Amino acid sequence: MPRSIPGCVMLDGRAAIRRRLGLRLWLSGGWLALVLLAALLAPWISPQDPLAQDLMSGRLPPFWVPQTEPGFWLGTDSLGRDVLSRIIWGARVALIVAFVAGTLTATIGSALGLIAGYFRGWADRLISRLVDIWMAFPPVLFAILLIAVLGPGLMSIIIAIVVIDWTRFARVIRAEAMNQGAMDYVASAQVAGMPRGRIMLAEILPNVLPTIVALLSLEMGISVIVEAILSFVNLSISTDQPTWGGMIAEGRISVHQAWWVLVFPLIALFLTVLSFSQFGEGLKDRFDPVLR
Amino acid sequence: MPDEPLIRVENLRVSLADMTQKPLIGRAPRLEILKGLSFDIPRGAVVGIVGGSGSGKSTLGRTLIRLLEPTGGTIRFDGRDITHLDEAALRPMRRRMQMIFQDPMSSLNPRRRVAGIIAGPLRLHGLDRVSARVDEALDHVGLPRAFRNRYPHELSGGQRQRIGIARAIAMAPEFILADEIVSGLDVSSQAQVLNLLERLVKDLGLTLAFISHDLSVIRRLCTRVMVLQQGEIVENAATADVFDHPQAAYTRELLDAIPLPDPDQANWA
Amino acid sequence: MSGYLRIRNLSVALRDSGARLLRSVSLEVAAGEVRGLVGESGAGKSMIGKAVLGILPRSVEVVEGEIWLGDVDLLRLPPAERRKRVGANAALIPQDPLTALNPSRRIGGQVTDRLVDILGWKRAKAEARALELLAEVHIPDPARVMRSYPHELSGGMRQRILIASAFAAEPRLIIADEPTTALDVTVQKQILRLIAAMQARHGTTLLFVTHDLGVVSKVCQSLSVLYAGLMVEDTTVADFFRAPAHPYSAALLAATPKYTDPWASLMPVSEAVIDAVRAEVDAAETEWRDAR
Repeated sequence: MPRSIPGCVMLDGRAAIRRRLGLRLWLSGGWLALVLLAALLAPWISPQDPLAQDLMSGRLPPFWVPQTEPGFWLGTDSLGRDVLSRIIWGARVALIVAFVAGTLTATIGSALGLIAGYFRGWADRLISRLVDIWMAFPPVLFAILLIAVLGPGLMSIIIAIVVIDWTRFARVIRAEAMNQGAMDYVASAQVAGMPRGRIMLAEILPNVLPTIVALLSLEMGISVIVEAILSFVNLSISTDQPTWGGMIAEGRISVHQAWWVLVFPLIALFLTVLSFSQFGEGLKDRFDPVLR
Repeated sequence: MPDEPLIRVENLRVSLADMTQKPLIGRAPRLEILKGLSFDIPRGAVVGIVGGSGSGKSTLGRTLIRLLEPTGGTIRFDGRDITHLDEAALRPMRRRMQMIFQDPMSSLNPRRRVAGIIAGPLRLHGLDRVSARVDEALDHVGLPRAFRNRYPHELSGGQRQRIGIARAIAMAPEFILADEIVSGLDVSSQAQVLNLLERLVKDLGLTLAFISHDLSVIRRLCTRVMVLQQGEIVENAATADVFDHPQAAYTRELLDAIPLPDPDQANWA
Repeated sequence: MSGYLRIRNLSVALRDSGARLLRSVSLEVAAGEVRGLVGESGAGKSMIGKAVLGILPRSVEVVEGEIWLGDVDLLRLPPAERRKRVGANAALIPQDPLTALNPSRRIGGQVTDRLVDILGWKRAKAEARALELLAEVHIPDPARVMRSYPHELSGGMRQRILIASAFAAEPRLIIADEPTTALDVTVQKQILRLIAAMQARHGTTLLFVTHDLGVVSKVCQSLSVLYAGLMVEDTTVADFFRAPAHPYSAALLAATPKYTDPWASLMPVSEAVIDAVRAEVDAAETEWRDAR
């Protein structure tokens, strides 16, 4: 009670932090919502058929250039396909990969990390060695090999990402679970007679959840990039499905004649990856009861 | 048997792996923390356990309530040997022995509200009237019932420690271990928490082991004092005897070292 | 009279909310005097030392006041000159002997740093002086300790080293910030005696920040009591322990444990006393705001 005066002061400080976080959360969340809507409503909102080729209207510049044709807002590529429509359809692949691969990676990696960090002992030794060995493989080579074996396709990309990236979660969550496991509230649950498995899920998991969420959003961004890279090297899904990575690969060839074919998908990719990481950071702070 | 002590400890030994001395290959050597302690805690007693850092007092506490497993000796709780019981076998005993921790911030799960913190152990043991028991516990520690919905970080240090106490007494245990529970508090909250504990011991008929480095607090609260030095008991007697006629040289040294709020204290530089 | 350290109307506030952590504090420490700075956590006692040394946290700033060290107001000096002035004339004995020493450097270098960097001594001369100092703080086998790393030494040993390095450059002012809080009572007694002896031998002015009135009664000649950034009492040790003037400091003294008299000490601070001192803080705050 004698502390309540400096206490009030502390609360003021927290409010300021929260306002700043709020803006970040809104901007990144707004962009992600936009991309999500575009992906969901692609058949209805894309102005053109993303696959329709028209060699007569190839390399049309974006709308603000005077002599361009109306209807192709962000111009067309060398085959005359509408860039905006292809970006909108490409968002589908990007988001499916982000959500499915991200969630699977987070679940598997965090579960292993939590077990290693809380139970320690032989479980920890086993998982930690596995992580060490896993991380010694060069990841891109590993992915290419995997896809070569599994055959190209959306599923293969997702599996490749999960197989490569679960270690990221396992390592961080293990360390975090170890920290939390040393806290007295865990000892206190043990004194209360709570079984070990339940202590892990009911006491420790909620306290590492903010870290998992932050990592997850980062992982979603990484998944989008990995998918783009694999498309870029032509290892992604079939060419008749527009993807951002595929567009960037095609745009690279004609960048001097039609920069927009490269630049617009690049911007979409950049903003999406940035938003994922910022959204995660914002959520983490929002989740934190001490700042709430 | 009313004469039997609540806790009887015989030749208790605890050793831990000393990771600082671990050779590159092979096992780390064992470090003896407790070197064969024997003592009783009678029902209704308030036993102070004192010692410097490295004396093993916290290890002793955590072993008594079996957060740690002893390497040797026996611990009997109410006549039953609990030395090597596993978690499942200990579970029914857990209700009868509780602990209050030193750092109230780290011992309260930051993601739970006060009501959840106190109710958690009650539900785990399938007790009835959980909500009423939470209210009663809050009443006992002198906190308003409205605190049920607060998070630990919204409370002051002294209030957090009261929540720790409420969680322990809500289970209606026979034995409570308090590990340095006032050392992190300001003197004003320290006095309040001590008064509260004094009252609870009386009202609820608790048996309490009170670990502290502060002899003033021990003298105020405890009926018996046990002085530990490097894993051994150097003195174990009634409080008045320990303070009036300390037997061990180490006890005298401890007493002499305390700076009293008094510029005329003898024995000080 | 004029003290070596004179603080006038010092107000320190949080940058973003403007809430004051020190409320127009004035105090004077005569040359060679040992003054205690007492208060509960959040009272602002450490903040005074930090303001003098110019090591306030980033979130906090001095909004008003003067800090005179000898004949210079530190707050009017340009930052570089201020650092030089403080470095040559003042030193800190920190609370935590573990984190105050760099774990990856040997002791010798850490003790001689000040002499080499601030006073511009030759390395060999500085090392000879450091050996002398370590012997002066009763460290056995100083030559070996100079080559040791912090983790090889006990807490009491590390605190002795910090004391030696504080006195190394013969500063006129030393600020000790809870220097024995992390130590056992038996070690605390040795360290307090050591600080007192070193202070007397070197004639240093000492500002001793502590929450423990027992410690104050052992090492200080005078003391200031703070509550929520407001100085409520400023008196000599002899007068204070005979009869504290302010009700809050009287309550603080009554709450301080005293094993020789356990039932007359450890008295809870009453609500009435807290309400009264809080009203005083509010009044001071209103007055200050009105004056601005």
